[in-house]
Parts: sequence; structure tokens; C-alpha cells
Amino acid sequence: MKTILAAVFVMLALLGSAWAEPMLINGAEATFPYPVYSKWFDEYAKINPDLHFNYQSIGSGGGIRQASEQTVDFGATDGPMNDEQMAKAKVKLLHFPTVLGAVVPTYNLPEVQTELNFTPQVLAGIFLGTITKWNDPEIAKANPGAKLPDKLIIVVHRSDGSGTTYVWVDYLSKVGPEWKEKVGVGTSVNWPTGLGGKGNEGVAGLVKQTPYAIGYVELIYAEQNKMPSGAVRNSDGKFVKASIAAVTAAAAGASKAMPADFRVSITNAPGEKAYPIASFTWLLIPEKIADPKKGKAITGFLKWMLKEGQGLAPALLYAPLPKEIVAMEEKAIGQIKY
Amino acid sequence: MVLFRRPGVSPADRLFRATVFTMAVSVLVITGVIAYELVRNSRLPIEKFGWAFLWGTTWDPVAERFGALPFLYGTLVSSALALLIAVPVGLGVAIFLSELAPRWLSDPAAFMVELLAAIPSVIYGLIGIFVLVPWVRNVLEPALSGTLGFLPLFRGAPYGVGMLTAGLVLATMVVPFIVSVSREILMAVPHSQREAILSLGATRWEMVRVAVLPYARSGIMGSVFLALARALGETMAVTMVIGNRPEIRLSLFEPGYTMAAVIANEFTEATSDLYVQTLIEIGLVLFAVTILVNAVARLLIYSVFTKVEVRE
Repeated sequence: MKTILAAVFVMLALLGSAWAEPMLINGAEATFPYPVYSKWFDEYAKINPDLHFNYQSIGSGGGIRQASEQTVDFGATDGPMNDEQMAKAKVKLLHFPTVLGAVVPTYNLPEVQTELNFTPQVLAGIFLGTITKWNDPEIAKANPGAKLPDKLIIVVHRSDGSGTTYVWVDYLSKVGPEWKEKVGVGTSVNWPTGLGGKGNEGVAGLVKQTPYAIGYVELIYAEQNKMPSGAVRNSDGKFVKASIAAVTAAAAGASKAMPADFRVSITNAPGEKAYPIASFTWLLIPEKIADPKKGKAITGFLKWMLKEGQGLAPALLYAPLPKEIVAMEEKAIGQIKY
Repeated sequence: MVLFRRPGVSPADRLFRATVFTMAVSVLVITGVIAYELVRNSRLPIEKFGWAFLWGTTWDPVAERFGALPFLYGTLVSSALALLIAVPVGLGVAIFLSELAPRWLSDPAAFMVELLAAIPSVIYGLIGIFVLVPWVRNVLEPALSGTLGFLPLFRGAPYGVGMLTAGLVLATMVVPFIVSVSREILMAVPHSQREAILSLGATRWEMVRVAVLPYARSGIMGSVFLALARALGETMAVTMVIGNRPEIRLSLFEPGYTMAAVIANEFTEATSDLYVQTLIEIGLVLFAVTILVNAVARLLIYSVFTKVEVRE
């Protein structure tokens, strides 16, 4: 009996040492880019079997908090950290945009078969509660020919805090001063009107089932579920439907004004083909990494992500970064010291 | 039994006593630690808002102005509504199963009812969204506003989601608690009670009303309180159908919000310290409400079981 036990222990010890070998890099993540990050870590581990990325998709709030407290090696967020959060962090965190996502208005109008056009004023008006009926002249103006019903608009928004909401309200506050003043920008806000659905699926479920409802969901979600999404008028005055190309175009349009720390909102970006309700999602990497091995691994991953990683994004319906931004980020990797 | 009460008779007995005592105490310790941690981690909002937090009605995460009243209201009203529906139904089922149903039906039916309690709440939520919400919007709410529309409770646009639907889903979820506990308690009522009144020529209904229910009253109350505690803490199913709007509206057709739902919804993306701690304080308020309800329920159940034991 004893010898068997001893043998088991020896085997466990051997196994343990074998398992302990790959270096563990811990991360706390935003939920929006989770599918693509998970794919990346998987692919990267295939090339570098001595590395293991251990990450949790816990939301941007946790991503920022844990990275600031240095309880993880890297964090991720769907909205850039504000100055107050930057000042509070125990270590200076660098933002690295990884991919782009877009948010689209989706609606349920049984009578209308054509796709609707939305102007920024219409979207802001509907979500502020100042435009209450589908046959409002503002909506009719943008949709000549569409037979708009004389029905109350039922607004649906996210009830859970989310990067999707952040991008949506960031856009509304850029195009409507009234929104900025009354509601503001955040992952959760004090909605002037409407029902709350939990998650993309909650909003989609409510919109699909409630005639005359309008809501907003991530582009990926709308595409996968074949939900009707309208075109939105961009800052060049063109109505653009969300697509991977239109989102990358928005990022390219915004890249001229890109600050060195990449903390930027690209909603309402300039460019004829740019879709206006889009955003980066960021990795948060500490400027100083104590363990040189880890520093090397993390910068190695960043370089790979900017080259090979970008190619994997469109298959998962994420928009890849434009060339200009990739070049800027490759330079910025040099700021990481280890 | 007597041996058991005298400590120190054998070392094995002492060890047994110590073990179960530690287990019992650990429950108290865990509850205490939860309360302590909830208070400790909600210092910022307690200092900033004080007691006014309990009756503040604004919930603005952007401006960081927080008040808990809409959530407190939503939790209490949705739970009360659930009980209003679930108590008569649950009690009816329990009476049928214990007094009227033949044995071959009673046991399997009771088993099925208890199975209802094992369904995950997210399933109730999904059924709520896909089955109940359209039905409420297209059938129930128009019917209610058509007949009882003179009451402010049944006015407004039929959204489908809202306080009424949340109450219905919660009622379905708590009925099994009422049925299964009440049935056990009704069956514990001594047969002599029933025989006595039947021999006086009472009908079945009179027997239940006069001889059985009064005897089981406090135990049934206990089952109702248990159901209430369950309803107060329910999160997932409620948030999926209540509409998640932090406002106090009289009409049951209007959307509302509950304490458990707002914590689940907003905790993951809450970035500022004050925001996170305010959500924890909501948890503290919910904890206090639930503890109160649970304590009352425990006392009631305890009293009925000891009484029954003594008389038998």
C-alpha cells in the first residue's frame, strides 16, 4: 500500500513539474472582445508552447481595476480609462487598441420592409424621448418613400453595464448636446426613457418580440442573428450601413487625430465611408514589467497580434486595425520596459 | 437520548459534540462575516449619502448620484405581487394533495411540484421572455385594462415586460415552496382533529376550514415567509422580464427594477470606487431585508413543529 502511495506521489510531483513549466500570464478582460482574444491566445500558444495565457472575461470594470491593482499581468477594456483612473493606478498603464467593434440600431417595424435610415438627430431624439412616434417628420425626412406607422416608439436599451452602451451613448453625446448635458457617457447611464434588456440577447429578444421597438446591439450580434439594422448618417452626410470595412474606415479616418496614448473615441469619425458608431477595444499593459521574461512574452504577443493576429479578426466579425494604427502601435511597444 | 446530553462521557462523544458545534457556529460566523464585509465595503456611499440613500430616487451612474428607493420598491412590490398570486394557488394545491387527493395521485403530484423548485431560474426567465411576455402583452394586459382600467394599477401601454410579468414569474417560482412545506404541515395535523369534526357532520370544506387550517396556521405562515425570502432574492428570472427601469410607478404594467437585479446587471462594468461600493450597499439593504424575513419564517416553523410533537 505504502509503495503504491509513494509511487502516486512521485508521479504527481513529476506531473506537477511538467505542468509548471509554461510561463503563466494572467489577464482580466473586457467581455466584448472575448471571442477574438480567446482565439488569439489559443493560436499564440500553439507557436509558443512554453507560454500560457490565463484570462477571465469579467468586464471592463474588473479589467481596469485588476490591472490598476497589479493583481493581473494585463487588463482589457472597452472604454478608455479616464484621467482619474489613470492617476489612481499603481502602475502606468499603456493602452493598445486591438480590434474594432460597432454598434447598430435595430428595430421591429412589421409594416416597413425597406431598411431605415437614421440621422444622428433622430437617434438622439428617440433615446431622449423627444421623438415618440414612428411617423415623426424627422424620421420621415430621412426615409422618403417608407410608410411609417403612427405608433409609439418603444425604446430598448441595455440594463447591464457594457462597452456596447458606452459606445452608443458616447456617439449620442457627440452628436447631441442635449444628451451630453442631460445623460452623459458611461457603461451604464440614467436612461431618460425605455425598457432595459440584459445583454445583447436581452435587447434583441425584446426588440424582436415587441412591435415598434428600437434598440441597439453589437454589429456581430446583429449579423449573426440576421436582425434588421439601419444605416446611420455619418459626419460627411452619407448614410452608411455598418460593416467590417466601414468600421475600419472609421478608424482610419480617426487615425490622423490619434493621441500618442491611444485613448480616443472614434464615434462620429470623419470619412465618406466611415460608419459613425464604432470603437476600439484596448489591452492595458503596464509600462514597467518587473519580470523580464514576462515582459518579453507580452511584447512578443503584442507584435504577433498586430501582424498575424489581425488576420484572424474578420473571420470572427471583428474589424481589424487600419495600417496607420498598426504602425503607431508597433512603435509604442518600445515604451514597455522590462 | 439522556446519554447524549451529558458531555464528557466518552471521548468519541466529546469529539462528535465539538464537530457538530463547530459546524453550527461556522454558519453564524459566515453570516456575521458577510454582514461585516458588506458594511466595510460600502463605507464610501454610507458616508456620502447617509440614510437618505434609502429614500433617494435618482440612479445616475454618470453623475454618481445614487438612491435605493426604486429598487427597494421594485423588490418589495414584485415579491408581494408574487405572494398574492402564489399563496392562494399554493395553499389550494397543498390542501388538495393532503386532504382530498387519493394516495396514488398525491405523492407523484407532490414530487412533480417539488421538481418545479429545481428548475434553474434562467429557464424561468427564458420562458418568461418567450412565452409569458407576449401573452401578457397581447392578452392579459389588454383584458385587465379593459375591465379593471378604472384602477390606476392597470393603466398604461401594454409593454409585456414589467412589474406584472415579474410577479407572475416569481409566483410560479415560489409556488413549489408553499405547496411542499404546507402539505407536510397539513399532513402533520393529527387525524383525531379531522375525525372529531367529521363525526359532528361537517363537510370536507368545513373540516379543512375549522379543524385543519387553524391547527396548521403558523406552519403555513412559515412556508409563505420562506417563499417571500426566495422571491426577494431572485435575480436572473426577474431581471429578464421586469424591464429594468429604476422608477416608481403605480401601474403594474410599467417596468420596474429590483435590488438583486441591479447588482447583477451593473457590477461587472462599475469602474469607480463609489459606484462599486454603492452596489455593495444595495446588497447590504437586500441582506437586511432578507435576514429579517428569514428570521421570522424560522421562528414560525420552529414553533409549529414543536407544538405538533408535544401533542402527539
